[in-house]
Amino acid sequence: MARNPVTWLGSPTFPKAAHEALADTQLRQNLRKATGTIRGRRAAAVGEMTDWEQLRVAGEQIKDDVLSRLDTLLLQLEESVTARGGVVHWARDAEEANKIVLDLCRAENAREVVKVKSMATAEIGLNEALEAGGVHAIETDLAELIVQLGDDRPSHILVPAIHRNRSEIREIFQRRMGVEVSDEPADLAEAARVYLREKFLTAKVAISGANFAVADSGSIVVLESEGNGRMCLTLPETLITVMGIEKLVPTWQDLEVFLQLLPRSSTAERMNPYTSVWTGVTPGDGPQRFHLVLIDNGRTATLEDSVGRQALRCIRCSACLNVCPVYERTGGQSYGSVYPGPIGAILTPQLVGDMHDPQAASLPFASSLCGACFEVCPVRIDIPSVLTHLRAEAVEAKGRTAESVAMAAAAWVFREASRYEKAQKAGSLARFLARDGRITSLPWPGSKWTASRDVPAPPSESFRAWWRKNRG
Amino acid sequence: MASAKEEILARIRNAKVPPVAPTVRGYDREGTGGVELFAERVADYRAIVHVVTDVPEALERLKGKRIVAPHDVPAEWLVDGVTWLHEPLTIEELDQSDGVLTGCAVAIADTGTIVLDGSEGQGRRALTLLPDYHLCVVRVDQIAASVPEALQRLEPTRPLTFISGPSATSDIELNRVEGVHGPRTLEVLIVG
Repeated sequence: MARNPVTWLGSPTFPKAAHEALADTQLRQNLRKATGTIRGRRAAAVGEMTDWEQLRVAGEQIKDDVLSRLDTLLLQLEESVTARGGVVHWARDAEEANKIVLDLCRAENAREVVKVKSMATAEIGLNEALEAGGVHAIETDLAELIVQLGDDRPSHILVPAIHRNRSEIREIFQRRMGVEVSDEPADLAEAARVYLREKFLTAKVAISGANFAVADSGSIVVLESEGNGRMCLTLPETLITVMGIEKLVPTWQDLEVFLQLLPRSSTAERMNPYTSVWTGVTPGDGPQRFHLVLIDNGRTATLEDSVGRQALRCIRCSACLNVCPVYERTGGQSYGSVYPGPIGAILTPQLVGDMHDPQAASLPFASSLCGACFEVCPVRIDIPSVLTHLRAEAVEAKGRTAESVAMAAAAWVFREASRYEKAQKAGSLARFLARDGRITSLPWPGSKWTASRDVPAPPSESFRAWWRKNRG
Repeated sequence: MASAKEEILARIRNAKVPPVAPTVRGYDREGTGGVELFAERVADYRAIVHVVTDVPEALERLKGKRIVAPHDVPAEWLVDGVTWLHEPLTIEELDQSDGVLTGCAVAIADTGTIVLDGSEGQGRRALTLLPDYHLCVVRVDQIAASVPEALQRLEPTRPLTFISGPSATSDIELNRVEGVHGPRTLEVLIVG
């Protein structure tokens, strides 16, 4: 089987990548500013809701219901979309999904397609696959455009260019669009409007993701801000939507929960500027050919794990990224995946499905387990619990290592009081390595421990020895 | 070899996810907001809001402009002094107009949202997308208090567009800036 492109080929493990990212002061400044802003605004948007907790519980329950009868609901969705003139395709993995989309573009003779921001298509590496097949995909979301024009990688689920500040964006626009523009956000937005206008008006094929699909009506829902989504979903003749199989809600009524949870959690607004809903094809309004591509790409394997499957409740709001102290300091690219931050740390390794992959296996450790992510999650994904669960899996996959041998030895020592006392006595000798009461480098194998932290010097005498001498 | 569909469905069944209890909808499904809250929340998005009693009089503001209007808006809205553009219109004609005048299907007080469903007085979706200015008439009886109430009033299989303020982006340093691809000016007339 081909490797899952959800992680970027050749990415270093998280600790290595984080180490480099931490040295980038500009990056840390940009992230501190952006995440600080959104944290405050989200808290206010959520604070004015008296029933927020009840909405979260309902969101969790609806999504768990979806996961418990996913086969039935997917068949129902297929039936309702087909009945309204849409065509449904199924793809086991990224390669299969990319081929379906490329073939559809070729059937329309499209050399250039416009795209609405979509995590699913980023996950499967669709743009690269299309490019290799001779079809150029133009990202129309402002942040995606900044990433695309900057030959960069995304660093956030909602705002992929969050690591760029306004003057960096200005530089990219001037270089790639060949225009003079100031670093005022309004001017930068205007430059994007002018740059993309012609593309929207002439594109024959658009590609989108989906925030939700309603099983009983066959309706697809896309939330956005700029109107680039509406352009793509309305003007071209053909629309191809790529969606993970878990993006379902059972009924139209269920949307009343998510249309309240998602905007406040993601952009901290009561409602995002535009939400589009369409069902198959509407004669005389919008694209007259509609294709829906349902992708698995590791989701069914994730579903098998009774602890890990809750990651499939995720509605991609990115609130967990914005509150995460690790994400704020390392940035999104350190995670080596389109899904960074706390949700990425549990979703990416599960989608990869191979804990022998050292990069994927390092992600569950990219957390201090502080729990802020769980607190803000609109569908109550217990990210810390899944992190520890996956850590155990990663350790197990590693087999016998210096650490596991040391732990086994420690267990043997702790089992007998006499062994323990002898070990303590021997250990107290380590104080001769200390300077100012701290040991900064132990000899091997202790060096593995002191490579990333100091050890306090052990006292000259253990408590047990002192007790025997003075009170015994 | 099994098809992708068969294989995915088989994998899902193989995961044997246990059934769950029915969803508890303990959240507020009613809401209490009305015209005042709606007006306030639309204005929060930096849209322009007026509460009026006489629509034709309020439409004087369109004088001298080239305005798109669906063919089935109330005849009294098509006031003199405005160049009215009706379907069939090309994408270019829509793009070059000065604005568009429509009604709506439902509005939401809690969130300051207008919903279009392509029925009477609203036209196809491109009409309210390409012109840079959108003037939307909302009748008081069209205002639902909450998101749940609004969804209940809508038919999901119609093409729906939920509009909350002018087009905007939060993509630069996570701060909202109005005016990207959709209409940069949204003006709402609430008819009391």
